Amino acid sequence: MKHFFTLILLLPLLAFAADEERVIQIKNHRFEPSELTVPAGKKIKLVVENKDATPEEFESHELNREKVIAGNSKATIFIGPLAPGNYPFFGEFNEATAKGVIIAK
Amino acid sequence: MFGTAVIVFREVLEAAIIIGIVAAATRDVPGRSRWIVGGLLLGLIGSALVAASTRQISEFADGLGQELFNAIILGVAVLMLAWHNIWMASHGQQLAANARKVGTAIREGVSELSVLLAVVGIAVLREGSETVLFLYGIATSDQVGASALLLGGAVGVAAGVAVGYTLYKGLLRIPMRWFFSATSVLVLLLAAGMASQAAHYLIQADLIPSLITPLWDTSSVLPEKSIPGMLLHNLVGYDASPAAMQLVFYIVTLVAIWSGMKLVNQPKKLREI
Repeated sequence: MKHFFTLILLLPLLAFAADEERVIQIKNHRFEPSELTVPAGKKIKLVVENKDATPEEFESHELNREKVIAGNSKATIFIGPLAPGNYPFFGEFNEATAKGVIIAK
Repeated sequence: MFGTAVIVFREVLEAAIIIGIVAAATRDVPGRSRWIVGGLLLGLIGSALVAASTRQISEFADGLGQELFNAIILGVAVLMLAWHNIWMASHGQQLAANARKVGTAIREGVSELSVLLAVVGIAVLREGSETVLFLYGIATSDQVGASALLLGGAVGVAAGVAVGYTLYKGLLRIPMRWFFSATSVLVLLLAAGMASQAAHYLIQADLIPSLITPLWDTSSVLPEKSIPGMLLHNLVGYDASPAAMQLVFYIVTLVAIWSGMKLVNQPKKLREI
């Protein structure tokens, strides 16, 4: 596991230039926009802003992502590069209402 | 209520499996129960602290604090499990042979026990803080009453603990001849799985390249959220659609710990003869 720490030290070298950035907001336990089109084959920087007072967990099996976002705060999630297709996501803490999809074209 | 139980179960399961394996692996280490309970309590206290400071952690490092935090504590857990396995490789046989009369091993055992404390504490901390946040989220959005929340949470905890306990009991039934090999393989896979998860967080934070994403996709055959998928995820680090970098971390960890175990085991055996 020494490699793990070596990798940590090397991290600054891996800072890549300008990724595609997209913003999704959470309001009243819903995602806004709930549908998001992104370019396929590119890394996307997804900024999720939680405007609710309660925490939410952004989760997507298709994207293989899972992240808790505290109430009234925002978080960054890097996704992709994605193959063209639909990638549904949801808020695990409010699954009934918080749903959305990312479309890679 | 049911939804609450399922989510709490998922979180508790991971910690329960880790504790079950580690508790079984250290069955002959004197005084290990107290250390496990200690780790459990520290983990619970830590959970509450982490949950309370989620926003601060999350907004640290430009919104990537959570990934860094998770990757670091996973990295620490991997190191601890590595240490545990290597320690066991050199002392395990001895401990089993004369369980209560290991004078020197007890002294050395203290460091092993503090490792145990850390592993258990970290397992509980990671899963516990998410559970706390989740329950807090439901409690404040009052979709469910407090009693349903408590009941769901309790059912989830009980089910998770039951699985961990069953695993523990099952492991103890393994004949002594194979016991150490069996538990060290489990700990080894556990550590490798955690390393892969750490890589996953670092990729999610864009701190390391993913190499190929996904390397494979078996989510339609064996979804990670199904019961077998969940068990495999927790036991051997199964990921339905991993990045190639995760596999690199997995294999490096596996090889590193295994070599360490071989290294300490061989000279020891020679000396004893």
